[in-house]
Order: sequence, then C-alpha cells, then structure tokens
Amino acid sequence: MTDASSLALWQSLPLVCILLPLGSAAVTSVLPKRTARCWTAIVLSLQFLASILLTLFLRDPSRSYTFPMGHFPAPWGNELRIGMVECLICLFFSLVMLLSFLGGMRRLDQDIVEDKQSLYCVMILLMSAALSAQVFTNDLFTSYVFVEIMTLSSSALIASRARGRTVLASARYMIMNMLGSSLFLLGLVFLYDLTGHLLMGHIREAVDVLVSSGENHLALIVTVALMTVGLSIKSALFPFHTWVPDAYGSSTPASSAILSSLVSKGYIFVLLKIICRCMGPSLFRLSGMDDILFVFALLGMILGSVSAVRQRDVRRMIAYSSVAQIGYVYLGIGLGSEYGLMAALFHIICHAACKSMLFLSASGLIEASGGKTSLHALRGSGHRAPLTGIAFVVGALSMIGFPFLGGFVSKVNFALAAMDFHRFHRYLVLLGLVISTWLNTWYFLRVVILIYTKPEEEVQEKSIHRGVLYTFALVALIALNFYLGIGAQRLITAFFDALPAFSAAFPG
Amino acid sequence: MARKNEHYEESLLGRLDRWTQSGESGLDQRMMDDLASPPPPAASLPQKELERRMDRDDRMKHHMLLQEQATYDRIRTWGSVRGSRFFRRAYIVLAVLFCLALIAVLLRATATLPPFGNPDNPMHNDVARRYIEDGMEETGAVNLVAGMILDYRAFDTLGESNVLFTAVCAVLILLRISKEHSDATAMLELEADDRMYEPQDDLILQTMVRLLVPLILLFGIYVILNGHISPGGGFSGGAVMGAGLILYLNAFGFEKAERFFTFRTFQTVSVISLSFYALSKSYSFFTGANHLPSIIQTGIPGKIFSAGLIPYLNIAVGLVVCCTMYALYTLFRKGDL
Repeated sequence: MTDASSLALWQSLPLVCILLPLGSAAVTSVLPKRTARCWTAIVLSLQFLASILLTLFLRDPSRSYTFPMGHFPAPWGNELRIGMVECLICLFFSLVMLLSFLGGMRRLDQDIVEDKQSLYCVMILLMSAALSAQVFTNDLFTSYVFVEIMTLSSSALIASRARGRTVLASARYMIMNMLGSSLFLLGLVFLYDLTGHLLMGHIREAVDVLVSSGENHLALIVTVALMTVGLSIKSALFPFHTWVPDAYGSSTPASSAILSSLVSKGYIFVLLKIICRCMGPSLFRLSGMDDILFVFALLGMILGSVSAVRQRDVRRMIAYSSVAQIGYVYLGIGLGSEYGLMAALFHIICHAACKSMLFLSASGLIEASGGKTSLHALRGSGHRAPLTGIAFVVGALSMIGFPFLGGFVSKVNFALAAMDFHRFHRYLVLLGLVISTWLNTWYFLRVVILIYTKPEEEVQEKSIHRGVLYTFALVALIALNFYLGIGAQRLITAFFDALPAFSAAFPG
Repeated sequence: MARKNEHYEESLLGRLDRWTQSGESGLDQRMMDDLASPPPPAASLPQKELERRMDRDDRMKHHMLLQEQATYDRIRTWGSVRGSRFFRRAYIVLAVLFCLALIAVLLRATATLPPFGNPDNPMHNDVARRYIEDGMEETGAVNLVAGMILDYRAFDTLGESNVLFTAVCAVLILLRISKEHSDATAMLELEADDRMYEPQDDLILQTMVRLLVPLILLFGIYVILNGHISPGGGFSGGAVMGAGLILYLNAFGFEKAERFFTFRTFQTVSVISLSFYALSKSYSFFTGANHLPSIIQTGIPGKIFSAGLIPYLNIAVGLVVCCTMYALYTLFRKGDL
C-alpha cells in the first residue's frame, strides 16, 4: 500500500509548512507587539518559501507521495499526502496570507487594542498552520481538528476589532460555522461507522465495495449530503451566506482579506478532497448532490451579485461579490467533470488573489476619504490615493473578466467546461455567466467611475502614511493578478496533469 | 426639465435605479434603526411609599435601571414584533417541519447502520486489531488510549491541544480588559461587581477547601502522571487540576490566588508546554517518516518512566488544559487573570 522506501530530505518540507507556524504561535503570544508582527511576517515568509521549494522539487505534476506523521504507517498513524494540486494550492494560500497580513498590518494599530495585537498575530499563525494542514492531510479526522482551529481563529479574527458590530458579526459567524462543523462531524461519524477507516484512500476502497454491492445505500447518501451541506455552510454557498456581509464588511482589512480569500477556500478544498478522493465522483453523482450544488451555485452567482448591486457600503458590496464568486467555484464542482474541477481549482486561486487585493485597496480608499465607507464618500478617492485606486481598478476588472487578468481566464474555463455537457447544462452555465458578468460590471464599474470622478466639494484628505508594506503588498497582488491572466496556461496544464493523481485513492 | 425628470422616475429604468439606490440593509441594521428611535416611557415606578423612602441617588439609580431594563426588553422582543404576522407564523411552521423531516431522515439512516457492538462491523478491522494486540508493545503504554492518541495519532492530538489554545486566545481577545483603556476606578468597579453575589471569607467553605484542594490537585497530578499506565491522561487530569484551582479561587478570592497564579504564570506555562509538545513531536514525526533511529525508547510497559514521550506529552497537555480551564473561568468572571 504505502511505499516504505526512504524519503528525500525535501519531502519533509510539508512538515515545515504545518509545524513552523503551529509551533511558533504559542511563542508569539508572549512577544511584545512589534516583535510579534515581525516574527509573524518572517514565519509566513518561511512557510511561503518552503512551499515554493516543495513545488519546485516535486516538479512532475503526475507524481504524488505520502508522508507518515510518526513511526507508524498509514492506516494506524496519521498521514500527509502531497501532490502537485496540494503544493500549488498551499503555495498560493501562503502567498496571499503573507500579502494580506503585510497589507493590513498598519491598520491593526487603528483597529485593535495595543496589547491584543500579538494575540491577533497568534490567530494569523494558527490559521495559516491550519490551512496548510488542511491542504496536505490525508486523514478525515485530522481535517476535522483543523476545521475547528480555523473556525475558532476566524471568529477571533473578526471579533478582534472590538466594536459592537464586529462582535455581533462574529457571534453570527460562529453560530453558522458551528452548525456547519457539526454536520461535517456527523457525516464523519456515519462514514467511520460504515467503513471503519478515517484515512481517505482506505475509505474510498470500502465505499467502492459498498456502492457496488448496494449495501447501506441510504446511509451513504445521507453521509455525502451531510458533509457537502456542512462544508458549504462554512464556505458561504448561496442560501447559507447571510453571515458574510457583516463578517467581511466590518472586520479589520487584513481579516476580511484572509477570511474571504482563504478560509472559505480551505473548506472548499476539503470538500474537493472528500468528493474526489474519499467518496469518488460516481457516488457523488449517485447522491444527486452535484445537481443540487449546481443549482445553488447558479442562484448564488446571480443573487449574490444582485445583493451586491444594492449595497451602499463598498466593503459590504465586495463581501456580497464573494458570495457570487463562491458560486462560481461550486459551479465547477457541480458540473463534476474533470474540466469543471480544474476550473474550480483555478478559480480558488484566482479569486484569492483578487478578493484580498480588493479588500485591501477598498480599505485604502476609505481611509483616503476620511474613513467613510459609503460609496458616495469615495468620490474622487482614486486621485487622492493613486496606487490604491489602480489596485482597485485591476481587482474590479479581474472580477468582471477583463482579458489579461485572472478573472477572464477563469470565466473562459467555466464556459469551456460547460461545452462538454448536453444542451441543458451548457446553456444554463452560459446564461449564468452572462448575467453574472453583466451584474459584476454594473456594480464594479460604478465604483471605478466614482473613484475617478471629481468630488463636489473638496475632501480634506487625512494625511495617513499608508506605509511601504501596504504599497508592496498591493504591487505584488497586482503582479499576481496579471500573472494569473497571462501565464495561466502552465498552471492550467499542471492542474490537468495533477488531477488524476489527486483523485486516486493511493499514490503511484 | 421637471417633466422629463418625472417621466424618468416613472419609467422602468427609473424604478430600477431607485430600487438599487434604496440599498439593502442587513437584519441588524434594521434592528439598530428600529431601536434608535426613542424608547417608550419606562414602566411606572413602584409604590410611592417606597419611593419616598429612597433618597435622590437611589431614585436616580432605580430609574436608570428601569430604563436599561426597558431597552433590553425591546431588544429581546424585537424579533417577535416586527414583520408581518403571517410570515412569522409561516416561518415557525416551516422551520418545525424542516427539522422534523431532517430528524426522520437521520433516524432512518442511522437505523440502516451496522448494529452496535456486532463483531463483524467494519470498524473492527485490522486497524483496531493492531491497536489492541500490538499497542502495548509498540508504544510502551499499558493504557491503550494514551498510546493511540499520543503516539499512533499524535498529530491529531497536537491539533487538539492547539484548539484549546486557540479558544483561550480568542476569549482573551474578546474579554480581557486592556490596561490602557481602563482607569483605576473602572478596575475597582469591576472588582466590586465581581464580588457582589459572593460570600466573602465563608468559614465553612474555606475550611472544606483547605482540606479538599490539596487532595484534588494531588489526584489530578496522579491522573496525569499515570496516564500511560492507568485510565486517565493529560486531558482528564488537567481538568481535575483546573477544577481544584477554581475551587480555591472561589473560597479565598483573587488576592490569594494571584500569589501563585497570575497572567504571567499562565503565559509561561502554556508557552513552555505547547512549545515542548510541538518540538518533541516534530522530532518524532521527522525521524518516523524518514526511518531514522530515534533516541526515544519505549521502555518496559508498566513502569512510570516508560512509553517514550507519552508521559511527558501527558504532562504538557495536562498543564495546558489546567491553565486553560482556570483562565477561561477568570476571564468570564473578571476579565483578567
């Protein structure tokens, strides 16, 4: 089953990605504010570096290997599984995490009480450790443990800006997420009872036997439904999105960027693993969950954008746009084809790069308009903060799907994925894409035009030094978005080549 | 011009424009708006008799209390007075029906699961068999549960102890009163609030606690140290010790408890234990995965110094759990350690 052959030294790099932030989190809690921030930035950069090295060493997309956590091999001990898909996702997650933290760092002084800032850094580190553990683990229970860490630390990230509204938002976030976690756990219990395993590959074997013999059919379908619904509540799929606007719209910019671009994607990645590796696409199709996800994804794409159009607060507008974008990802999963999954994976990365930039730049524009968040107050802020304005425009264009930017490639991917299907699916997807793009254009271009219109009365710009790190983060994110638009082909082929290894029950 | 404008306002486009301009306010925004309107006059004050006896300050306080009560009442009943009655009813009926349907489906699915305790169940496979048959030999722990959670599946437990740490940090962020924003009087007020309902220096309680707390702590330590030999371990022993500390705090108050347990103690203990856990387990993950010889030996099962890292990990987990329990209690009570 698992090869006991010795591993090369670079193959231990996932250990660095997970244990370095996890281990340094405890130490960070006693450091003073400034040191804690530097330390967190260093640890996040090291994590990013480790994931780059891992990707470079792995090289071959069709290759994947397992890494036992401890002296005992797979079904007895815990295990990591590393392939190209995991490496790339971890690479982009850690990059976006680092940039969001750097970009939002200066705002922390304003939003968070002095002596709680090191605790905020602890939460960032725990979150990033949990995300990479989530990406690499091959064990469903480990996945659940890190889901818990993600839930708790993300509520703390929201609540850390102690205003009445954020506390309310965080409480609501917590309740919805606990519901999602408990459904996921319930599904996990069902699955363990049916298969006797927690390891994804072994579950797949047992499930395949059950499916072909037709035993426990109802229980299997209920399991699939519980896990899918639980994780889609946590990642804010359309009917479960009510907590989104408050949670993303009122917390500190770094938190909004991280939550919208990474945390929800972490849950989606777990779901992808469960569908591809644990249950197998055939059981997923048998349960009918793919059609349900497809319908709600389409509804989310359109109704999320409709809600965004109606917002008067720019950050709430971006938050609602996230609901629509999550709909895109689920559309790819709902299509269920290999091309659909690839499009979903690419959109996870693309949306992470874009949404974090939008949240960061929106906070810059708001600061340049004297702290007012309404759309009307932003008038002319693009002139007052040039680079921030450019970043917002790039983000908005990418969301709309302008060529040379990531969003365009993503939308083309979804359209191409729909072409593999019969009439019904195909036209629904194309129609959804058209309506959603039109709505995206409506609300994003409105803001873009607004921030470059001359204000009616001269707004006194508060002289806020936005800092080198903020500028650096924005420039890097702009570059990342252009890279995703222009150099996407390599990424897409890598995902294509890596998908069979990703969804195989065992490597090799 | 005015006519043109009117024409536009009545057209479809105009109405669409107004609809988007109207904005969508979230539920809590509506709640805030509703509650921002002036409250109805506070409930009538109690009997004149009582009122005459109160001096002015008391009356002021009483009045403020009533107003506060009225505000809370409005918040509490807000959900049930706004919106149309039909939708409220329909919502409740649909929610109940949905829950009933969910319960029915889950019960039906549970009924088809393999029967409990059947030896042929899929979960009684070679994984469980190896844990039971070879567990003692491979991990050196007589208590198989300890061997399972701290050696076979140590990565999960590392995550689990960090869940506790995450929880306590989240509570610290929410509840800890930051020194820079509170003056001395506010702290004193909090202290007074805290002791309002508590008997101070209760002789019976203190005498019993003097007898009980050493025993409880000793038992907690025993459960932790014997975690690899007998039932117990870090999580249960730590909970026992934490309960002992909380009992002591309740009997003797913060002043005495702070002589040996302050925020600094909490930080030091949890940082050292968590770092030890992470470092030692990193070493053992690394050597295990690369099949390197490890300096950790399993020893003779049943001896106190055996089972490799397990007793030390139990101590670390126990300390974290104990500190977390105590910290959560004091944070919810006073907002500081």
